[in-house]
Amino acid sequence: MADSAKTGQKPLVELQGVSKIYGSGTAAMQALRGVDLRIDEGEFVAVMGPSGSGKSTCMNILGCLDTPSEGRYLFRNVEVGSLTRNERALLRRHHLGFVFQGFNLLNRTSALENVELPLIYRGIKGPERHSRASRALAAVGLSGWEHHTPGELSGGQQQRVAIARAIVTEPDVLLADEPTGNLDTARSLEIMELLTSFNRNQGITIIMVTHEQDMARFARRVVHFRDGLVAEDQINGEAR
Amino acid sequence: MLANTLLLALREIRRNVLRSFLTILGIVIGVAAVIIMVTIGSGATAQVTEQIASLGSNLLMVRVGQHMGPGQTAAAPPFDLDDAQAILRDIPYIAAVAPSSSQRLTAVYGNANWSTTANGIDNEFFTVRNWTVKSGRQFLETELRAGKALCVIGATVAKELFGDQDPIGSSIRLGNFSCQVIGVLEAKGQSTFGSDQDDLVLVPLRTFQRRIAGNQDISLIQVSVAEGRSTDKAKSDIEELLRTRRHITGTENDNFQVRDMKEITRMLTGTTQILTTLLGAVAAVSLLVGGIGIMNIMLVSVTERTREIGIRLAIGALEREVLLQFLVEAVVLSSFGGVIGILLAVTGSLGLARLLKIPFIFNPGIMVIAFLFSAAVGIIFGFFPAKKAARLDPIDALRHE
Repeated sequence: MADSAKTGQKPLVELQGVSKIYGSGTAAMQALRGVDLRIDEGEFVAVMGPSGSGKSTCMNILGCLDTPSEGRYLFRNVEVGSLTRNERALLRRHHLGFVFQGFNLLNRTSALENVELPLIYRGIKGPERHSRASRALAAVGLSGWEHHTPGELSGGQQQRVAIARAIVTEPDVLLADEPTGNLDTARSLEIMELLTSFNRNQGITIIMVTHEQDMARFARRVVHFRDGLVAEDQINGEAR
Repeated sequence: MLANTLLLALREIRRNVLRSFLTILGIVIGVAAVIIMVTIGSGATAQVTEQIASLGSNLLMVRVGQHMGPGQTAAAPPFDLDDAQAILRDIPYIAAVAPSSSQRLTAVYGNANWSTTANGIDNEFFTVRNWTVKSGRQFLETELRAGKALCVIGATVAKELFGDQDPIGSSIRLGNFSCQVIGVLEAKGQSTFGSDQDDLVLVPLRTFQRRIAGNQDISLIQVSVAEGRSTDKAKSDIEELLRTRRHITGTENDNFQVRDMKEITRMLTGTTQILTTLLGAVAAVSLLVGGIGIMNIMLVSVTERTREIGIRLAIGALEREVLLQFLVEAVVLSSFGGVIGILLAVTGSLGLARLLKIPFIFNPGIMVIAFLFSAAVGIIFGFFPAKKAARLDPIDALRHE
């Protein structure tokens, strides 16, 4: 498919000597110590590492939710560190999709309305918004569940709603922070297959934090973090 | 952008029905309480003014004692019949004088007894006070002069002593003398002071002085000034005459008082206005409490919604979009509550006005004030916590449980 042509050609995100320090003085905690990382368009990257290794901090910076203390973060050659809070919000709105471990859906709100949410912020009007959200739900296999609220859905279904919400805007990058952390193995594998298909068929770049080897196997590249640095960066030849 | 925000806000309101209902409830109660209180208060004031106007503006009340304050008078020598006659005789444009004296006593008929006020009067009393006799008749001049043991009773006394029986011709005992009922007065209902105007027994003044009071005293002289003449002039003439008759000289204070209806109107409307203010103040407190309720719910809901705010920010909502959404929610809820409050208040005060038999006075000013106040509370206390929350780091907001 087209993905082989894309991979390795255009840098999508690039961290250059990124450090992140929380707090100050003796209480200061250095979460990242000069990370260099480049991810190209169309890649499927798994980020692994023990807790406290800096992988979540790295994800927050890649997701433009946080800014580096030192170093540069380039998103499509735009320096994110120099953007204002609002500009970063707009970058998230137009280019990024998020999937969280805890699903983070709006309670008491139907699946359809949850998926519509990012489209509302993009200013997409009623009928189009509706059909796009329905299509996204269909793509994650939830046709017929549009009017169920998160409370009426299983964990796996909720995570699929969250994925639908993340891909409904056709983002450049989907950032997934332990998307299978709250799910059993069968549900986890379903979610991973879903993510893989979006990566292959729609060319959405996926960066996923996980601590499960089984889930990392789906990615074509695995980055290991240790003590705030990239310890290993390997191509996964056996990716499905 | 506003259409989108409105959509988001309405979805938020709809998905939190209970919270929205509680917010609205505070506003509804506050707005309704203030409007009802003020409406009823101004209705009462209007009614007092109207009642006094119906008494006639040419009436002067001359009483013994000096006015010290509401309901207080200093002791002073009473009037006698000559004082009343002197007023009629010496001041040319006086149409009528009605001297009277009164005392509380118990009226007894058969097994029934009733504590009431006996008034010694002459027939002018009926004219100046607009009393009409419903059944039976007034006193005859000869009966008045002779001081016969006859009485005309008020509707309340008739009801309490005789029930459904016809009282005319029966004898009742007043204190320790008995007299025959010759008439029953037309009912007047409650006075503006809230006392029962029909709770009285009228006897000839002479009879009263001899058989009840045992003296020649007159406590009240009601003076009716001829049509078209100034009551102010009559008032100062009466004061001058009485000062002479009561030997009050120089700078000494009067030991009597002459009141015209204007003063009484002022005094009474003053009282009801104070009452209105008081009611309004109580209602304002309830509006404030309602406001605190709104504030509470807004604060709690913003805290509770931190994670939601985090989700919105992560998805790419701008700080101002989140804020605007909260603001629109607050405005929609407050306005909705305000409108319901106003509707409730109008229905409530219409019903109350009918129940209390006072006129319903539509007061758009107070509605606007109550509405704006509650809206302001809703908006201010919805806005500031939301502002704080919208400024949060999306990561922190998302982690919030």
